[in-house]
Amino acid sequence: MVEFVFQAISIAVIFLLGCVGEILTEKAGHLNLGIPGIMCVGAAGGVLGVVIANNVNGFLSILLAVVFAIIFASIAGLIYAFLTVSLRCNQNVTGLALTIFGNGFASVFVNSVIKIQGINGHGAMLSLAGNKFFMAHLPFADKLGDFGKLVFGHGVLVYVAIAIAIAAAIILSFTRIGLNLRSVGESPATADAAGINVTKYKYVFILLGSAIAGLGGLLYPMQLMAGTVGSTMSSTVEGIGWLCVALVIFTLWKPALAVPGSIIFGALYIFPTFLSKFFPDATFTFAAKKLFDLIPYIATIIVLIITSIMGKKENLGPASLGVSYFREDR
Amino acid sequence: MARENHKEPLFHIVKRMNISEGAKVGIRVLSIVIGLLIAAIFVISLSSESHNFFGFFGSMVSGVFSTPRKLWRFLLEAALLLGVSIALVPAFKMRFWNLGGNGQILMGCLGTCMVMFYLGGKLPDPVLWILMFIAAVLFAGVWAVIPAIFKSFFRTNESLFTLMLNYIASILVGYFIAFWYTNGTGAMDPLTDGRLPTLGSSPFGKYFLPIVLFVFVTVAIYLYLRYSKHGYELSVVGESENTARYIGLNVKVVTIRTVALSGALCGLVGFILSGGINYMMSTTMDGNMGFTGIMVAWLSQFSPIIMVFISLFIAFVTNGMAQVNEDFGFTDENLSAVIRGIIFFLLIASEFFVSYKIIWREDAQKVVDKIAFPFVWIGKKLNPVFEKIGSFFKGISLKARKGGK
Repeated sequence: MVEFVFQAISIAVIFLLGCVGEILTEKAGHLNLGIPGIMCVGAAGGVLGVVIANNVNGFLSILLAVVFAIIFASIAGLIYAFLTVSLRCNQNVTGLALTIFGNGFASVFVNSVIKIQGINGHGAMLSLAGNKFFMAHLPFADKLGDFGKLVFGHGVLVYVAIAIAIAAAIILSFTRIGLNLRSVGESPATADAAGINVTKYKYVFILLGSAIAGLGGLLYPMQLMAGTVGSTMSSTVEGIGWLCVALVIFTLWKPALAVPGSIIFGALYIFPTFLSKFFPDATFTFAAKKLFDLIPYIATIIVLIITSIMGKKENLGPASLGVSYFREDR
Repeated sequence: MARENHKEPLFHIVKRMNISEGAKVGIRVLSIVIGLLIAAIFVISLSSESHNFFGFFGSMVSGVFSTPRKLWRFLLEAALLLGVSIALVPAFKMRFWNLGGNGQILMGCLGTCMVMFYLGGKLPDPVLWILMFIAAVLFAGVWAVIPAIFKSFFRTNESLFTLMLNYIASILVGYFIAFWYTNGTGAMDPLTDGRLPTLGSSPFGKYFLPIVLFVFVTVAIYLYLRYSKHGYELSVVGESENTARYIGLNVKVVTIRTVALSGALCGLVGFILSGGINYMMSTTMDGNMGFTGIMVAWLSQFSPIIMVFISLFIAFVTNGMAQVNEDFGFTDENLSAVIRGIIFFLLIASEFFVSYKIIWREDAQKVVDKIAFPFVWIGKKLNPVFEKIGSFFKGISLKARKGGK
């Protein structure tokens, strides 16, 4: 059970970062369906960073991985922002193009890394020094038993992710910047009339959201897969990315709710692999196990339906989500 | 001027009121050319085997046209993509974002394969074909109708709902493969009963009928949207739901009916994929065509003629890149997705220049004029050609309009 919760938290942080990134973007009025692609690109950037650091130093590995993940993801976010904010292109179409691009890019990138460093063209173990650093946890965690393992036993980026989510929640709810951002998402024309620089807000928060989501992508190969990359990395990250988009609805556009929400999603995501431990007596066929993969998607659909039936305004997304803003269009 | 340092902004953007057909074609052609140039530079700079700039284009062309098999494969890819794009158009025109094309195709595959698997050999093939068709269309139609019902009764966000259903469809396909083939490989053997009829085993024989089918579907949907009462109703709903209600339309019925049609047509693609080409299914058989189809439909702005050309172009890039992969020493077929992504970005960006115009500040205008001079000169030379292409397309659609009345 402890192992289950521990694993669930390990994957939950990926959901958390992707979800918080998408929330920030959506609060600026932009439905970014490119988030799965951005997470793939971020993961590719992280792999590049670790490869460059080349086992020399654990700290250097983690630093370069994070920096490159953020740079790569921000460039992808910049493409999206330029097309949808400045050129006012359709957000859904641009996002889908970005996801196709990002998944392909990460796949090509990772496969060429595997070709150079891999074993028989399969997976590649990236950087041992870096990997140790990613997984390093506080020394006293092991002494505190199960509780210690669950609370203090994670790699450093797990705590960074939770801090980012809490910071995002505080900024959105309690600061002027957050208020301005929400007004940009609800009604850009009104925000513009009130003297808020709409374009600047949109660019800043799309880029910030992309960088955070890219960091989430980085966590997949570095934290969850313990520094190994395989040829299916990008398609798995894309799948996680779509769940992050779903998680935004599941958590009603609230970063604070995203923390428990992502742990629930993480638990649902790894539940099928723990079936034999929870039900040692029951035997599941290979096929039946697959059906458990359905749970997160069905849960999201149910939340989507329930929130739309309740129709409370504060539980719905920003009012001008998906609509391009053209100042002269009045 | 109230303040001395008050400056006019460097440029501002206005909506274009009227744009010539030539300029429209010219902007899009330019964006495709730039996209291909970027793609070529990207590929030759990454390749470890060849750095031949023109070789890139040579590879692409030979990858599509060098053998009859490749040519027919290319036409088939284009026809399938056209089928998906035209399937998405009715829903799209109603402002219903059906992002679930992938899932609907997969449900079509699932329906087809279920009939082939359970009833194959027990019933004569023609009966099987009919049942396969019904199952595919029904499964995919239901898959599209579920979000449509929730959208029309509770205003549930349809784009996110359909996205989630993609994954559910993919998992269901994986489940049935694992259920039927317990060896655990997750792969399915080609089925032998209930294969759709072909004109022989050559590539021509195998691919000709599907291509004809999707061309026929495209024409049919075009006529449906343009001349039928249903087509008019759904465009009214798309323009304004209030207007639709005011003139006495039942918006719910129109929404559900249109989306069911859209899903059923995606199911038809699945029916052909599983029943006529691969004789099996896999969790990735949709080939992401649901997403690509959305982009094709959006870029063509519902014009079926432009849709044909964009589908052909995307299929050209996809199949041409397979050859480029081989010639330039890449092992990853996803390189084609990267190139498609780049070209999509440029095509999407080109829409801005079709609908908006940048007006520079006076002093900046002079600099811009100087930089743009050679391009403007080339543009002026080419303009008659683009003008002809543009008016040709316009002529076709005008003729079609007149012919129908």
